[in-house]
Amino acid sequence: MQYQNIFTTVQAVGPTHHGVELGHGNSPRTGEPYIEYWLGRIGNAQLGPIYLGGLGIASIMCGLIAFVTIGLNMLASVNWNPIQFVRQLFWLALEPPAPGYGLSIPPMNQGGWWLFTGFFLTASLLLWWARMYRRARELGLGTHIPWAFAAAIWLYLVLGLFRPILMGSWGEAVPFGIFPHLDWTAAFSLRYGNLFYNPFHALSIAFLYGSTLLFAMHGATILAVGRYGGEREIEQIVDRGTASERAALFWRWTMGFNATMESIHRWAWWFAVLCPLVGGIGILLTGTVVDNWYLWAVKHGVAPPYPTVFPEVVDPATLSGVKP
Amino acid sequence: MKTSQLLLSAGLALLVLLTGCERPPTDTVQHGFRGTGMVQVYNPRTMELKEEENIVPPSLPALPGDGPKAAQVYKNVKVLGNLSVNEFTRLMLSMTSWVAPNEGCAYCHNPANFAEDVKYTKVVARRMIEMTRHINADWKVHVAETGVTCYTCHRGNPVPNNIWHKEPEQAKGADFIGDRAGQNLAANSVVGTSLPSDPFTPFLLGDQDIRVNGTTALPNGNRHSIKQAEWTYGLMTHMSSALGVNCTYCHNTQSFSNWNGNPPQRSTAWYGIRMARDLNKDYMEPLTSVFPEHRLGPTGDAPKANCATCHQGAYKPLFGQSMLKDHPQLAGPGTGLDKTTLAKK
Repeated sequence: MQYQNIFTTVQAVGPTHHGVELGHGNSPRTGEPYIEYWLGRIGNAQLGPIYLGGLGIASIMCGLIAFVTIGLNMLASVNWNPIQFVRQLFWLALEPPAPGYGLSIPPMNQGGWWLFTGFFLTASLLLWWARMYRRARELGLGTHIPWAFAAAIWLYLVLGLFRPILMGSWGEAVPFGIFPHLDWTAAFSLRYGNLFYNPFHALSIAFLYGSTLLFAMHGATILAVGRYGGEREIEQIVDRGTASERAALFWRWTMGFNATMESIHRWAWWFAVLCPLVGGIGILLTGTVVDNWYLWAVKHGVAPPYPTVFPEVVDPATLSGVKP
Repeated sequence: MKTSQLLLSAGLALLVLLTGCERPPTDTVQHGFRGTGMVQVYNPRTMELKEEENIVPPSLPALPGDGPKAAQVYKNVKVLGNLSVNEFTRLMLSMTSWVAPNEGCAYCHNPANFAEDVKYTKVVARRMIEMTRHINADWKVHVAETGVTCYTCHRGNPVPNNIWHKEPEQAKGADFIGDRAGQNLAANSVVGTSLPSDPFTPFLLGDQDIRVNGTTALPNGNRHSIKQAEWTYGLMTHMSSALGVNCTYCHNTQSFSNWNGNPPQRSTAWYGIRMARDLNKDYMEPLTSVFPEHRLGPTGDAPKANCATCHQGAYKPLFGQSMLKDHPQLAGPGTGLDKTTLAKK
């Protein structure tokens, strides 16, 4: 039964360690590591030390500036009332400039703060990316993790930087706020004629759902063969034990094909990375290359015609020539 | 803590979260082609309450229209002068029960001299009778033969429950930080969303573009922004809740802008927007100087109408029951303008 638990039931705990020696040009790691039992239930029980370094500190500083600017704008928008700030937190936002400002720099309270925040948030993300890249190299790893992170940053940059520039208006960008950015998402689809007809949006969804499916399949497979040592996946790439063989057999029996202990991780990585990658392409094309995705889909035979069920309705604006 | 205790508290927390939801089951009614999601969702328990709220009060028995005219018998009868005295009195009594059942005649009239125009309520009521006739005669394209009476909006209240005022400018201090751009608060006008909270001023008083979609697949000079789409979205959210219907009542959501394959209700709603605009511009705003200060909004504007003013959560006000048929005196005359001219205004 012990391998069928949601939580890790076995905690192998040794003496805490600081990690490998770091080479020239690295700063020392911060914090004395210690063992935390509850962390051991969901992962490694040892907490810390953390590597901060120049890039990490710069990234956190930039991120904090952005975070605090958003927070202060939200607080000011409810007239500095802390109770309203908490009550309405999910509704509050820092809005981008009005479309009328184009790509110019607006007054601080007409979107200037949004540009200011966007600059520091972007700097923070790029610095954090550089930090991840450098840490991966220092540990002698491949750079798969930073490149996966770069895929997410690509989508962020398309939404907040590339597309607004191509459209000639900062007002096209996303507000910083919980519900407001969701409303923006809905309004984006409404404005550009139903994003569900955007094939790149469709691809992105396929990769998103595909990612969750692969995650569930892989996670379940490894847990299921854990009783035969299946958690040693990486070793079993080259030295297939009974766990690996059984996992492979299971999938060959159930769907005829099986990934390998190695390829399943490539499947997962590409699905996860392609989700924001193709999504970003879809966003970038919207408004710049295609103005109405529904009409685009009709033009290319993607949107199916449906039988008429209602009496014919004519747009009254076309009848009377009135302002629509 | 034991696992069972943990599970119990997690379960309780989940239950507390669920109290925010509407209790199932709900009824769904398909009204478009299968598979297109053209479905209306009704909560039978909410509908029961709504039906109680929309019971039509009994009409006073009809009286003969012959005999002397009101204008010959009473002084200062400017609008209803050609009604017979019988009809006139019956309408006055009906209006009292519709608009000021607790306050009585004295809500509008000086009891010592009914002919006097000393109370603002009388001046407003006179204009509202003209407005009602205008709606019934000139806006049939929206109200059809069902028509409206005072009761459609007032429901026994001197001021209808659902009115709107222009939103005051956000208090910004030095105008240095915290601009909301007219949105991003949980606003009742847009059903608790963070959408622009006054979609009425631009669309139901002004005539800003509601349509933001392009009419061609590829970019062709359509400069409407996503922010404009949010204002339209705000207005549509109001309409949806005012009528107690889903988007799909009027739209085939395959394409919100396309008219092909849309329910005919969309055309009725289109005229409804123009009607609200017409009433606010020509009837409510000009009364600004007549209303006392406590009836004006925070920016000093007259109370105005939106979809909820009449509909009050029903797809047709009073679920389509006509009170006008018992009160033909309110059916006209109108202004004589046709719907095209009116929609252009």
